[in-house]
Amino acid sequence: MSGKPRLHYVNARGRMEPIRWLLAAAGVEFEEAFLETKDDLKKLQTNGDLLFQQVPMVEIDGMKMVQTRAILNYIAGKYNLYGKDLKERALIDMYVEGLADLNELISSNFFQPADKKEEHLASVMDKAANRYFPVYEKVLKGHGQDFLVGNKLSRADVQLLETILLVEESKPDILAKFPLLQSFKAKTSNIPNIKKFLQPGSQRKQPIQEKDIPRLMQIFH
Amino acid sequence: MAGKPKLHYTCGRGKMESIRWLLAAAGVEFEEQFIEKNEHLEKLRKDGDLLFQQVPMVEIDGMKMVQTRAILSYIAGKYNLYGKDLKERAWIDMYVEGTTDLMGMIMQLPLQSAEMREKNLALIIERAKTRYFPVYEKALKDHGHDYLVGNKFSWADIHLLEAILMVEECKPDILSAFPQLQAFKGRISNIPTIKKFLQPGSQRKPPADDKYIANVRKIFNI
Repeated sequence: MSGKPRLHYVNARGRMEPIRWLLAAAGVEFEEAFLETKDDLKKLQTNGDLLFQQVPMVEIDGMKMVQTRAILNYIAGKYNLYGKDLKERALIDMYVEGLADLNELISSNFFQPADKKEEHLASVMDKAANRYFPVYEKVLKGHGQDFLVGNKLSRADVQLLETILLVEESKPDILAKFPLLQSFKAKTSNIPNIKKFLQPGSQRKQPIQEKDIPRLMQIFH
Repeated sequence: MAGKPKLHYTCGRGKMESIRWLLAAAGVEFEEQFIEKNEHLEKLRKDGDLLFQQVPMVEIDGMKMVQTRAILSYIAGKYNLYGKDLKERAWIDMYVEGTTDLMGMIMQLPLQSAEMREKNLALIIERAKTRYFPVYEKALKDHGHDYLVGNKFSWADIHLLEAILMVEECKPDILSAFPQLQAFKGRISNIPTIKKFLQPGSQRKPPADDKYIANVRKIFNI
């Protein structure tokens, strides 16, 4: 056993991607065991490796952790990316949960009926531009610092960068009205661990391709 | 200003109920301001009180907190219901996320068509019996303690009791195959702060009825 965290998931972003981002930002090397068939999932289930029969699952520090938020909370706490006290954690949690909602809206586009996809995506982009991103622009403007909370890199910054890049994949000019988010994006992307993760060949996953959908669906259904 | 936390939500369970449970269990008195019309929600929005234009919102310790999990984590942390270290917190988080998933399924029911509701109710019962409750039954059996994590009362215990009672409302005999959970339910219900919360007249809210749902649809435009 290598001692590195080991991620169990499909070879796609899904619910594991924020965990990959956070580990990478923390400079933690990790291994991945990809589920390629339904049998791979069944094996983990029958072995009793999945507390609620679901992935993501991350082997870390002797635990088989499940539930995305539990895993992210643990990593953030362990690697000092969760603020210095309860109040900073409260702010980080609020910011992160807002971004999680936006991410969920974007992912849900996949499950919309074909004739509703375009309309749904437009409404999600509208929320990104009018409900979510203005909040983070305002936070940065309010204190004038490089990071969202406590003048220090936290999981909120990592999540914000991930989300900005995700939204830009659908709407490249989404940051047009957000000058501070533009400079946030540039500065945060340049942090060495993150810069490395953004380069080709890293463990960052690409958007799902049409051809992969049947195989992925078959694993979970 | 009272100094007591002030909860902004509709007069129903929804996403605020777990917060009411946690505050009550921690013995913290709280006030509630009910959103009864769309105008009340719009006012909160216009006043800039809702970070993402949504409720729940809880005024606590000088903050206007939003996002259910953020609020719950803060309360759990503040009142020592979140374990003694990172690993205990990890277990509490895993258990709470499980009960959140289960209760989340139940929360959706009133908003669904009669056909979907029937189908999903069957799914909820199946999941409770085969995916969720066995986990907590085993945890209690394995360590033989009164509480889920660290031999100490925590957020995980409160959330599990809330989930048990909610599933029992769907199927009263749901715990018949889970003796540990039956004993757990008895024990936790008897903790003075929780016992008080379970009595009539407390701030605990009843299940949604048609009239409440109709009003919710009007308030939130859904």
